[in-house]
Amino acid sequence: MSGWRHWRLERDGDGIAWLTLDVAGAGANVLSREVLEELGAVLEALEAEPPRGLVLRSGKPGGFVAGADVRELAAVRDRGEALALVRQGQGLLGRLEALPCPTVALIHGYCLGGGLELALACTWRVAEDGPRTRIGLPEVRLGIHPGFGGTVRAIERAGPLAALALMLAGRAVDARRARRLGLVDHAVPRRHLERAARSLLAGPPPRRRARWTHRLVEAPGVRHAAAAWLAWRTARAVRREHYPAPFALIRLWREHGGRREAMLEAEARSVARLAVSPTARNLVRAFLLGERLKGFGKAEAPPVAHVHVVGAGTMGGDIAAWCALQGLRVTLTDTRAEALAGAVARAQRLLARRLRAPHLVTAALDRLVPDPHGHGVRRADLVVEAIVEDLEAKRALFARLEREARPDALLATNTSSIPLERIAEALHAPARLVGLHFFNPVARMRLVEVVSGPGTDPGAAARACAFVRAIDRLPLPVRSAPGFLVNRALMPYLLEAVTLEAEGLAPERIDAAAVAFGMPVGPVELADRVGLDICLAVAEVLARELGRPVPERLRALVEAGRLGRKSGHGFYEWRGGRPRKARVRRREAAPADLTDRLVLPLLNELAACLREGVVSDADLADAGLVHGAGFAPFRGGPLAYARARGVREVTAALAGLERRYGERFRPDPGWALLADEGGQSATSKEAQP
Amino acid sequence: MATRRTRRARGRPVFLVDGARTPFLKARGRPGPFSAADLAVQAGRPLLLRQPFEPPEIDEVVLGCVMPGPDEANVARVAALRLGCGERVPAWTVQRNCGSGMQAVDVAFRRIAAGHADLVLAGGTETMSRAPLLLDLALAAWLGDWCRARGLPARLRALARLRPRHLRPVVGLLRGLTDPVVGLSMGQTAEHLAWRFGIAREAMDAFALESHRRLAAAQDEGRLPELEPAFGADGVAYTADDGLRRDTSMERLAALPPAFDRPFGQVTAGNSAQVTDGAAWVLLASEAAVEAHGLEPLARIVDTEWAALDPAQMGLGPVHAMAPLLARRRLRSADVDFWEINEAFAAQVLACLAAWTDARYCREALGLRRPFEPIPHERLNVDGGAISLGHPVGASGARIVLHLAHVLAREGARRGLATLCVGGGQGGAVLLEREAQG
Repeated sequence: MSGWRHWRLERDGDGIAWLTLDVAGAGANVLSREVLEELGAVLEALEAEPPRGLVLRSGKPGGFVAGADVRELAAVRDRGEALALVRQGQGLLGRLEALPCPTVALIHGYCLGGGLELALACTWRVAEDGPRTRIGLPEVRLGIHPGFGGTVRAIERAGPLAALALMLAGRAVDARRARRLGLVDHAVPRRHLERAARSLLAGPPPRRRARWTHRLVEAPGVRHAAAAWLAWRTARAVRREHYPAPFALIRLWREHGGRREAMLEAEARSVARLAVSPTARNLVRAFLLGERLKGFGKAEAPPVAHVHVVGAGTMGGDIAAWCALQGLRVTLTDTRAEALAGAVARAQRLLARRLRAPHLVTAALDRLVPDPHGHGVRRADLVVEAIVEDLEAKRALFARLEREARPDALLATNTSSIPLERIAEALHAPARLVGLHFFNPVARMRLVEVVSGPGTDPGAAARACAFVRAIDRLPLPVRSAPGFLVNRALMPYLLEAVTLEAEGLAPERIDAAAVAFGMPVGPVELADRVGLDICLAVAEVLARELGRPVPERLRALVEAGRLGRKSGHGFYEWRGGRPRKARVRRREAAPADLTDRLVLPLLNELAACLREGVVSDADLADAGLVHGAGFAPFRGGPLAYARARGVREVTAALAGLERRYGERFRPDPGWALLADEGGQSATSKEAQP
Repeated sequence: MATRRTRRARGRPVFLVDGARTPFLKARGRPGPFSAADLAVQAGRPLLLRQPFEPPEIDEVVLGCVMPGPDEANVARVAALRLGCGERVPAWTVQRNCGSGMQAVDVAFRRIAAGHADLVLAGGTETMSRAPLLLDLALAAWLGDWCRARGLPARLRALARLRPRHLRPVVGLLRGLTDPVVGLSMGQTAEHLAWRFGIAREAMDAFALESHRRLAAAQDEGRLPELEPAFGADGVAYTADDGLRRDTSMERLAALPPAFDRPFGQVTAGNSAQVTDGAAWVLLASEAAVEAHGLEPLARIVDTEWAALDPAQMGLGPVHAMAPLLARRRLRSADVDFWEINEAFAAQVLACLAAWTDARYCREALGLRRPFEPIPHERLNVDGGAISLGHPVGASGARIVLHLAHVLAREGARRGLATLCVGGGQGGAVLLEREAQG
């Protein structure tokens, strides 16, 4: 209409205005400041000449609106600026809500965060009932909560308990579930989206009244009790000092629930306060690091349609299942039929959980072909080796794979400890050999290290990164070195925990210290989960290649057959997949330097990795540890933590530990690189306006 | 009654280039791990994976199945799509009772011979363990009334008409194995043949024992190259035909009670084919397809024949199908190197062997001047049969054709004949040939 870049307004013969958001120069719609400002102009036009009805939709094939602009959020300097941004959004959505005509949001694909807040400001919402529709308010994952009136409107539509549960979990739901919750009014197939919108505008159904249970929960006494219960439940999942946003959201409702204007005002203030907190800054950083990793997968490369996986153990089987879930054809080969059958059963559980609809589960399971004779290798675009960690076995296998695979097929090893160049020696043309180091469990760990050896062709590495992205994982390019990045950094942390345990400290106490720091699980439990034999194997490779010591205690346990969860007994006893832990009593004081003894070796190893160029910069090291090992995301990554604490402070603490406990704590020369860098990294540059 | 004069199939040569089957899994009283389409996919995936062409290059998919599951009515189409043949490959299911799998092979053979297709995937599949339990028709009628009954009094009146006997489930499998025209179960038709040809219980049990012995030897010596393991979502790898009883003996077989005609019958669970789940595929190709894709034929399908007879004597179907086929090919028993006669019942196979050499039967029933020479047992079902392997009704026809091709290749033999009896009183036969080898 009038020269808007992002919005398009068309009026049809029935007097209905169709407003399409199609953000210029972007793959997905994001509510940036500029887009919001233009919305103001659009609303002016609509207020001046109100249509009979308004339909709001997206011009992007992938979805409706992905949310507010995370980069703008990261760039906010202070609370005042944040408050202004939030108030701008609140005001605009308030004007949309106040239009004199009925309004309908047509939702397809993603409708998240600010996008759902925009839709909630319409009179009605129609969502496409399809596998790609995801509706939710995931703001808590970035350390904030909805700020454009979303807390108020979500509670009005879905009731306090359902809306708060949705916002607290930060999870997205599909169209049908959103309809059941009351977030949308119709969940229909794409072919009926437009008709549903027209029918709502023509003869709207009676607006669904909030159920009496909703009003009951809003009653003052009940509300306080419910809020206390929600806070208690939330505290079981996350710590308030690490993640304040969910608690702020509960408090917002407890104090203002049921009073619209007051709650809107308090929402704005609360979000502004959270947005500038270190937690939000760091979570946004972690998110942007993930986006940077996604960028590695954008290379133009021949797509991978058929993956051939050799070895149906836990890793091979789970990689195969994940690829099948993501729509690829997979052949999985192993000489042991039972291993193949076990992999199929695990795949069936994963697929049933993820896809739900039986016909989709069947289709995915049909794509995963157990291939005892290995015929699939001749058809594959990518061959992934996931057999035992034995160099000779791998060499023999790759010599054969090189002969049988198509000449243009990519060859990959999932080794976690063997340097790529050793395997490459078995190949005539090692240029197409890469490492694809998945983490266990494959379905949960988003990071995949894409390892290049000295002989690896950069094009092959880029193609491997594109493949990793195509199966919805995050590729991290690393140089071939013992343990690559993540395992190498984790190992000193795990081994120090083993040493502490050998010194007589209860494993529960060690784990509690790590969890208090913000790790998802403690190192002792992690070692048990990974398997002590695997820990020992990686530790020994690092010992051999880098001269790191291996605690005797670890070797003794493995020799005694105590391998961790899989054998039922490691450091802990395991029952039904859970460790039996004694309760940690608070009054027994832990050693003051316990946390440093665990965490600093990890940081120190990363400094060494940077010095050796295992990854190209500090942000990638942080990305690897946050997305590959779950390193306390609210701290923004291990090196961000080091910078926040002060690099000089950290090296001094390491030197102190070295004096007390030995040279394994000696500060690595690599710290000099970090100190000089002084926070000037790619992501932080991007974040500054 | 004279043998119908049928003309030989004319047209382009048709090659059987490859094939695969699942293990045959004995029904154990509960629904098995695979549906009919699942089984077809389990056998078809490894078969197609090893081919030099992509699945969409297949011209047509034909699958035999007697009772597809309720959600896979055209089970051939379901299987073709699930095997990645793509949207544009037509697929259809054929039903000729126990002859369904062989009918599918015959259809493929004729389509290629006539020049309608070059590459056809044909086979059979059956999940007998999932045969439906049906509602009594009276209950279905009652349910219809109940749904129309409005108001409490009408509903109460409807409820009062419900009788316990209405709730008795109807076992679909038993109905399927009973001939509605003559009112005999398949086992009873076998009893009838045993009586007519004087076949003793000991002969039946000895035949059954030999079937198990041969399958055991074939398993031990790796003589079942068409077998591909099936992987269930239950986490079990099904790698072998599990109906085999290595521990069986004449004493154990003799101890079994009659299964169909109690108390005097002779046909037992031990000397009958087992109720089983399984699927088998063969890949048939024209000369052009063989050349285009560089395929290596196992055998050539030369001719096929179908015949029909008294439903009460359906077990003699093979005799009626083989006789005209050999006659028009001017072949004698000795010209056929290996035979597969599907073992629906030991009594039925033995009756076929007896009728084949019985001058009177050949004259009166088949209109032949002379009977055939005997079929030597050592060249018949050399690696066991349905008594030890099981008889997934829709699949067996494809299985015996495929296995016969492998036997001919293994033995360097020239000619083989696969035949089976069909419930309802029919018989089918397929003649295979290989180029003579040194």
